[in-house]
Amino acid sequence: MKNASIQHLHVIRFTLQRLLNTPIASLLNILVIGIALSLPVGGYVLLKNIQGVSEQMTGTPQISAFLAIGSSQDEITQIRKSLKEHGAIDHIEFVPRDLALKQLQRSTGLADVVGGLRHNPLPDAFIIYPVKMTAQKLELLRDDLKSWPNFERVQLDSAWVHKLEAILKFSRLAVLILAAMLSFALVAITFNTIRLQILTQRDEIEVSKLIGATNGFIRRPFLYFGLMQGLLGGATAWLIIAISLLLLNYSLSGLTQLYASTFSIQHLSLGDSVTLLAFSAYLGWLGAWFSVSQHLWQIEPK
Amino acid sequence: MIKFDHVSKRYPGGHDALKNLSFQIAEGEMVFLTGHSGAGKSTLLKLIAAIERPNSGSVVVKGQNIKSIKNGALPYLRRNLGLIFQDHKLLFDRSAFNNVMLPLQICGFDHRESNKRVRAALDKVGLLNREKTNPIALSGGEQQRLCIARAIVNRPSILLADEPTGNLDTEYSNEIMNIFKSFHQVGVTLVISTHDESVLQKFPARALALKLGALQA
Repeated sequence: MKNASIQHLHVIRFTLQRLLNTPIASLLNILVIGIALSLPVGGYVLLKNIQGVSEQMTGTPQISAFLAIGSSQDEITQIRKSLKEHGAIDHIEFVPRDLALKQLQRSTGLADVVGGLRHNPLPDAFIIYPVKMTAQKLELLRDDLKSWPNFERVQLDSAWVHKLEAILKFSRLAVLILAAMLSFALVAITFNTIRLQILTQRDEIEVSKLIGATNGFIRRPFLYFGLMQGLLGGATAWLIIAISLLLLNYSLSGLTQLYASTFSIQHLSLGDSVTLLAFSAYLGWLGAWFSVSQHLWQIEPK
Repeated sequence: MIKFDHVSKRYPGGHDALKNLSFQIAEGEMVFLTGHSGAGKSTLLKLIAAIERPNSGSVVVKGQNIKSIKNGALPYLRRNLGLIFQDHKLLFDRSAFNNVMLPLQICGFDHRESNKRVRAALDKVGLLNREKTNPIALSGGEQQRLCIARAIVNRPSILLADEPTGNLDTEYSNEIMNIFKSFHQVGVTLVISTHDESVLQKFPARALALKLGALQA
């Protein structure tokens, strides 16, 4: 057991040495893998962030119904009662116009402008939380509410979210296809690198077989090489994305400040980062494995 | 230790390299294989090392039948053999020391024990002072001795040498034969192929004479 772990350590040291022996070639390979991986992973990061934003903005879809200015208290009570009895509505929230004005003052930093108004331009409003239903039914509900006499405007706040979600779904598929294709590319790059290595080490492989090396022993350094190249490629992809986000967030900060927001694009979570590294290492190993099984048996001592 | 029973070997293309060979080599014995080039000496050694397999008959080495041995078991059989090649098969991407180290790495010896053994093997063939040299810088005789050091570092029970004195002058060739003799004295089984009659006269031992793939009386 001790012997085996010593051998593995030895192979890892040997593999690193081999990577360092041809620094330019190794660096280029790792860069190619890194760039190839950074495209789908970068796409994933952006999608994840957009998804986060859209979830934040719409816990559940809601309908805002604005009453005509000057509606009487009786009318409001009547509407509240009708809404509560409506089967498609889960609960409602009433926002009186005075409260709406205060909220506006507080949230946007437009206190001066709002304070300068002579009278309150905002209407009373109901925020209506429907029971769970499809987008089409929500639209039907909105149209129904529109026909009520006291509502001047009825807005379905989640309409754009559904559109966004459809776009996100499409984009996710695109990223997935991109990831699958570039994974193949990664396997192919490793396959070729290892094939060249096997060819240049033909003599060593032949001699090793002659003096009693098992296939496992001969295969091991190549597999480790593929694994390590994949791992370093994955790490490079992570770094490429980290640097890109740094630049993007820097220029984004100017924009978000205008909207009184602190939004910034978040990098991969720890779990996602580990997954990225493990997956790229696995793909490297896989490419090496294919290459070794394809080429090693051809080298038999004569 | 080594037993051939009605062994024939035919290469693809129809060339009969060995025809109906039967003989035995006992443990600790030293045996010469003689004959002109093309007589089948190399093929015979390759059969013992399971580099080639017989078409008919049986080759048994250390109790294992070469014809039916599984690929997975081959490495472990070969670890009992020390192979010395006519073309040395040394690796020129590493030092003499690391060439001799290779069999020990393959068997998974620990570092300190390997270093000790490599030095002992190099000392045995008189190359201890050249351990850092790349084998490409060694003379023909030195390369042959390095190849021997690599074959014995693992302390195999059988040594197979294909024309070890092939293109060496008499002095070098005597040196190498003396090294083999010393292995014979400690009980190693040796099979040495040679076309050099003078070696046989200086180092008397049993000789198997091959002619066109057949054993001569």
